[in-house]
Amino acid sequence: MASPVATATRTGLDVEQIRADFPALHQEAHGRPLVYLDNAATTQKPRQVIDTVTHFYEHDCANVHRGVHLLSQRATVAYESARTTIKAHLGAADSREIVFTRGTTEAINLVAQSFVRPRIEPGDEILITGMEHHSNIVPWQMLCEATGAELKVVPITDEGELELDRYAELLSHRTKIVGVVHVSNALGTVNPVKEMIELAHAKGIPVLVDGAQAVPHGAVDVRDLDCDFYAFSGHKAYGPTGIGALYGKREHLLEMVPYQGGGDMILSVTFDETLYAEPPHRFEAGTPNIEGAIGLAAALEYLEALGADAVTAHETELLDAATKRALDIPGVRLIGAARRRAGALSFVMDGVHPHDIGTILDTEGVAIRAGHHCAQPVMQRFNISATVRASFGVYNTTNEVDRLIEALAKVKEIFG
Amino acid sequence: MSELKQLYQEVILDHNKQPRNCYVMDCANKSADGHNPLCGDTVKVYLRIEDGVIEEISFQGAGCAICTASTSLMTESVTGKNVEEAKNLFDEFHHMLTGVADEQGVELGKLQVFEGVREYPVRVKCATLAWHTLNAAMEGEDEADPVTTE
Repeated sequence: MASPVATATRTGLDVEQIRADFPALHQEAHGRPLVYLDNAATTQKPRQVIDTVTHFYEHDCANVHRGVHLLSQRATVAYESARTTIKAHLGAADSREIVFTRGTTEAINLVAQSFVRPRIEPGDEILITGMEHHSNIVPWQMLCEATGAELKVVPITDEGELELDRYAELLSHRTKIVGVVHVSNALGTVNPVKEMIELAHAKGIPVLVDGAQAVPHGAVDVRDLDCDFYAFSGHKAYGPTGIGALYGKREHLLEMVPYQGGGDMILSVTFDETLYAEPPHRFEAGTPNIEGAIGLAAALEYLEALGADAVTAHETELLDAATKRALDIPGVRLIGAARRRAGALSFVMDGVHPHDIGTILDTEGVAIRAGHHCAQPVMQRFNISATVRASFGVYNTTNEVDRLIEALAKVKEIFG
Repeated sequence: MSELKQLYQEVILDHNKQPRNCYVMDCANKSADGHNPLCGDTVKVYLRIEDGVIEEISFQGAGCAICTASTSLMTESVTGKNVEEAKNLFDEFHHMLTGVADEQGVELGKLQVFEGVREYPVRVKCATLAWHTLNAAMEGEDEADPVTTE
């Protein structure tokens, strides 16, 4: 079933062995071996993650933080160990700086409601960029609407990079937070977040980084970045859906009040007064996604074992090859030609709508995403309604790049 | 490939490339905006209805080949029909796309070329966006809220 790829690439990943870890890759789509290039939407899961989740349900299933019995203790240990794994993966100093969330979206909403809301006044500003996913736009719009604050946006260049001069100008004494995407899901652009954080901090402005598309593709070190908050999702990094995490500097988390109340986030409750638990549990109201947290830790351990640099090198090789070959096709135009890109190749083809390309590629067994990628302002910036996005993961091969290019030739055949 | 050819028939490719009745109508007395939130495609349908009959119809916008061709062919199909006939045609068209048996015996004519869309359930909305928008235009006030496929 597996295509004959070089098992050890120049970049050092044994891709054939990696592929063997992912059961879902070994199937046909419309009669052709599946080529899964929709990793920016969600990744497939390795056996190690699936087995970890299964093992939890078969052996350790219990609620966390509240039972004295054996299974509850095992579940609690597994859940809290997962937090430690995430801490280590992000380079954080303290496990208490990791809050489990449903994903990036919930993490950003938590920062908007619990950190920014209490300190924002009418006329204050929230600064985001023109290449944000809707998840890093809408929570801020809602906050602005509720508080009378104003949303400011850093523009994008024609190449799909941020206008850093404008960014520096837009940082003002009214800016209460900067929200910036580490790697753009629609363009693949890798933003110079470290430099941006430095500029913001020079004016005393905290920064939230949306790392949903960064964590799967390479090393992230929150202490090196010195970001105030870092949000990411498990399912884009080979983990389960419905789980993600927020890294927040301890000093910030300590001063934040929860915006969701319930069980597991309190020290004591009376009808007169409730004392909140310490962070991070303060922000994890209700029974958490236990198997998700454990599965996410297994996914990050899997990535660790491959090595972040090897992952980056492998995916960069695929992205570069796909970009070069796609551009050889007449009428193909890259959307986002930033100097530093990761993960995703976004393009349009003259005279053919991305949805039609998506359907034709699908019948060739090639799964890509066609659409606005939940980043409609990016589409508006480039005067298009949608792009074709091929996004790569650790298990993709150069053969699959060939399949993508061959399928694009079929599009030409039909549409002329 | 054969299913794909069934989907992308010559008539569809032709209407995609050269859509008919694609212009802003200054003398329209009804219009509506349609939006497919899944893909971001938008279409505006203009109508000049006199005595309940669609005397003139045009559109702006659309998106993928299925959406554009469907909008173009729709404008040809409903010109000269009264509002009720246009609605019946939409019903019949929708039944064809979703595989519901023909009950009314309405002649689909050229619209039959969209039969292949049935094999691609995620594309049905591409083919029906224009019709939903037409419906909204026929029913609504001139400045109705945008209609969506959702």
